[in-house]
This record gives sequence, C-alpha cells and structure tokens, in this order.
Amino acid sequence: MASTTQIPAPPARRTAPSNRQGRKHGVGAKRTKGPGRLRPNYLGGLGGWLWLAIIIVPIYYVVVTSLKNQAGFFTSNPMMPPTEPTLDNYKLVLDNDFAMYFANSLIVTVGSVVPALLVSFMAAYAIVRGKGRFLTWTNNTFLLGLAIPLHATIIPIYWMITKAHLYDTLLALILPSIAFAIPISVLILSNFMRDVPNELFESMRLDGCSDWAMMWRLALPMTRPAVVTVGIYNALGVWNGFLFPLILTQSPSTRVLPLSLWTFQGEFSVNIPAVLASVVLATLPLLVIYVVARRQLLSGLTAGFSK
Amino acid sequence: MPTSTGSSRRVLEKGPSGWLAAPALVFFLLFAIIPLFGVLFLSFTKWDGLGEIRLDGLSSWTTVLTDPVTGNALWVTAKIMFFSFIVQAPISLLLGVFTSASQKYRAALAVLYFVPLLLSSAAVAIAYKALLDPNFGLGPGLGLPFLAQDWLGNSDLVLFVVVFVIAWQFVPFHTLIYQGGVRQIPASLYEAAQIDGAGRVQQFFAITLPQLKYTIITSSTLMVVGSLAYFDLVFVLTGGGPGYSTRLLPLHMYLTGFKANDMGAASALGVILVVIGLALALLLQRLGGKNRNASQLEGA
Repeated sequence: MASTTQIPAPPARRTAPSNRQGRKHGVGAKRTKGPGRLRPNYLGGLGGWLWLAIIIVPIYYVVVTSLKNQAGFFTSNPMMPPTEPTLDNYKLVLDNDFAMYFANSLIVTVGSVVPALLVSFMAAYAIVRGKGRFLTWTNNTFLLGLAIPLHATIIPIYWMITKAHLYDTLLALILPSIAFAIPISVLILSNFMRDVPNELFESMRLDGCSDWAMMWRLALPMTRPAVVTVGIYNALGVWNGFLFPLILTQSPSTRVLPLSLWTFQGEFSVNIPAVLASVVLATLPLLVIYVVARRQLLSGLTAGFSK
Repeated sequence: MPTSTGSSRRVLEKGPSGWLAAPALVFFLLFAIIPLFGVLFLSFTKWDGLGEIRLDGLSSWTTVLTDPVTGNALWVTAKIMFFSFIVQAPISLLLGVFTSASQKYRAALAVLYFVPLLLSSAAVAIAYKALLDPNFGLGPGLGLPFLAQDWLGNSDLVLFVVVFVIAWQFVPFHTLIYQGGVRQIPASLYEAAQIDGAGRVQQFFAITLPQLKYTIITSSTLMVVGSLAYFDLVFVLTGGGPGYSTRLLPLHMYLTGFKANDMGAASALGVILVVIGLALALLLQRLGGKNRNASQLEGA
C-alpha cells in the first residue's frame, strides 16, 4: 500500500471544484452565492418537511409498538408511546434463533459481496485497459444484464441448484447472488477506472509492471471510492434479499433475516408487537452502520450512480 | 513520457489479458445467461418442480396466453409501473434538488430521508401491514377516520397502497441519484443565470432540468425496469390479493411455478417478463438519444 501513496489523485468528478457542495469548503464565513442567495424556498421547505413526516411516522409507529405488551397494544392509542415500555418482545425474538438467522445473513452477504467485488474488479480492469472483440462482447453481455429483470430466471436457477445438490444450503444463495451483482458492479467500476490517467498505467508498464501488479497497486487505490460504493450497494441488496432465500432454502437452519421476518409474522400473527420487534432488530445492524459510515455510504452511492 | 522506440511502443500497446474478465463472465453466464435460455426452454416443457421434465410443445404457452389471469397480471404490472413512475419521478427529482444545496438543515433532513434505503422489502411490508390495520394502525392512532379503512382488503384501494409503499421505499434511492446529479452541475451556470435575473423556477427549468438529462434517464430506467422486480414487497404486503388485484407479473410467475407447481407456465411468464424488461430498457435508451451507455458500447 505504501508504494501507492505517491500517485497523484485522479481528476475525479466528485471533487470538481465548480460544484456547489465544494464551495462550502471555500472562504469560510462568506455566504454561498448561487440559488441559496434567493428568497428562502418556502415551498421546497414545506415539501421537504412533509416528506420527512411520511418517512418518520411509520418508523415511529414500528418502534413504539414494538415496546408495548399485548394488553397495551390492544388498549392504548396506536400512536402513543407505551405507558409501561417493555423489552419482552425483543427477548422473545432473540430467543427464537434470531442470532442464527443473523449469522446466516452475514455469511451469505460477505460470501457473495467479496467474490463479486473481486471478479467484477478484474473484469472492469480488463474491459477498460484491454482491447479486442472478446472483451467488447463480455462488456455488452454485462450491460444486457442491467436491462433484464434477472429474477425471471429463478426457475432454471432453482433447477440447477437442485441438480447440484445445493438446495437448502447457504451456497445456494451465494452463487446466484454473486452473478446478479456483477453487471452493476462492472459498470460502476469501469466508469471510475476510465478516469485513471493512461499515463500512469503507461509509466508503470514501462517500469515492467505486470497487469496483476498494476491492478492492485494503481487501479485499486485509484478507484477505492467506487469499490466501496459497489460493495455497500451489493451488500444492501444481498442482506435484504428475499426471493432467493424463499425459493432456494427451506429449513430454519438456512434461514436468513428477511425470510425470518416473514416466518415470524406467520408464527406470531396475533402478537404484532413481537413481529415489529423483529423488524426493528433486523434493521438495527444496518442503522448502526449507517450512523457510523453515513458520509462515506451516501457520497459513494451518489457518485456511483450519477456518473 | 513514452518514447517511440519500437519495443516500448509494443510494451505499451499490450493490453491486459482477456482472461481477467473470465471469472466474472463464467459466473454471469452460469447463473444469468444460461438460465435465460433455460427459462425459454422450460416454457416448452411440463414440470411440477420435483419430477421429470417433459417436452410439451406449446401447451404452456397456450395455457398462459389464454388465461385471463395473465392479462390481468400484465394490466396490474402496467398500472403499478405507471403510477409508481408518476409518483416517484417528480418527488425524487424535487427532493434531490432540494437536498443538494449545502444548508445544514437540509443535510440533516437528507440523513433521515435515506433510512428507508436500509430496510428490506419484507420489513417494510410487515411494518405497513401493521400500520394500515383499521383497528390498531395509523388511522385510529391519529384519530383520522378516513385513514381507518381496510386498506389492504379493498380491491379498489389496495393498488394505490402498493404504489405508496413502493414510493416510500424507493424514492430515497432515486433522491440520492438526483442529488448526485445536481451536485455535478457547474455553479457558474447558476451564477450566469442570476446575473441575467432568472428566478428560481426559471433556473430550475432552464438549467437544472436540462443538465439532469442523463440522470433522469438513469433513474427512470432503474425505476421502470425495477418495477418488474417489486416481487418481495407485494408478496409480503398483499400476497397478490385481494382476489387478483395486486398480482403483478413476477408474483404471478412465482405463484404459478412454486405454489401451483406448473413450472412450464411459470417459465412462459418468465420469458414474457424478460421480453418486457428488455423492450422497456431499449425504449428508454432510444428516448434518451445516444447516451453514455451507447458510447460505452462502442468505445469499450
């Protein structure tokens, strides 16, 4: 890693000096010009707060209800906080193998995101740096994957997974998840890699570097924001995935979190607060990550998709 | 800088081996492209999901194409696609523009806006099921009788509930895309417009909107093609009901294949889904003119 630090920063779009966000870091106290100078945007502000209410009310309801006991749920006003808040619902959910479902989700997510990143990165490097009909064709195939609702292929995948005796294993979820993550990953990574100046590759090549070395010592450090973006985006998708687990697994020992919410709902259909506690518990890990890594996460996603 | 001696030129022109793309390609061929042909093949077979697969000619296609439920599923899909687009596109565009400014309070709002991005569709659907309960949900909670309806049991209302919940979950993602798009518009354009005396609304229509052209195409494509994959949310929220009122195409495919055990017919529905997705994506690309994806196709 140390050898890569001398490489000058790429002219990434994210740091384009002319954008309005960038100006914030300019002359400290000076009021920014641009649209901000106009009359306050009352209509925009109103819409903004209204949308906030739309976002917050359901979340508030879920959290408040998850803290009520059965009696409180049936008797109190649904929007009022519980008079005697209780964590019993959380205890009930945690006693019901929640930790195992969590571990399964973690295994499937890490097990698909890391390989997907690795193969997509290598493919993006080859597509951006290489030439020839094979690579053009490969890239077009991936682009095609973006346009097709790949879930339509679930029946043959089910057949393949069954034939390979992988049905009801975590590997059954990991393999197709890797494949489905590839098109968008290659697209975003190759978009970023095109911005790495060619001269840098050329001078490394003249120094006798192999492609393997250039990939890890030049391309990877230069596209790190994109790698993070792609990683987060795929991780969210796999962590929250529902269709593959529904079709490719069956037993509780291979159950992942989203599916466990659904089965909790069936098991505790009369105990709505417990069901909602499971919703909160399943979301909590992501919320913690969001609070910690929000800036990176949002700027990564923004840059990844508006490029 | 590189000299033009023969050997170094040859060194420079040597691109990386195509083999580097092979692992990704193998995965993708195996679990996406081959199944794509597989679904076409299976649509000409009879299979219950467990036993033998038998070739069965066009019978699955005849079943699917003459079944009124297929037509209904297409109609439901089209309605959900249309309404989600006209609800989500303007809201996410406006929110994206609104949150792209650098005021503190907007940044704080934006932090909360993006929370739904983290939730799984299953979680969202379960939360809304409880929230929309006519006895213990939002309606009685806020004391607003018109909210205390049987939202999910009323076949006239349920489609709009689905559209609303979809918007709740996906608008934040598209807001993020627009926010990024707006931040790439050069501030000098706005400064020039202000010198010319253009107001906020004028600036929006004369600068922001045209500059966001590619962002709009990206977001719209994801929105429209994505609406063919709203399976999870609708499956948990309504199960396709009441009756067939929210049974959209992917859900119809799942229920036909894995509940009614007719994989042949389900595969035919899968083929229809692929064709629609492809057609929509191509259409949107055309509408956008020669855009960046096209140039990527050429310049790769």
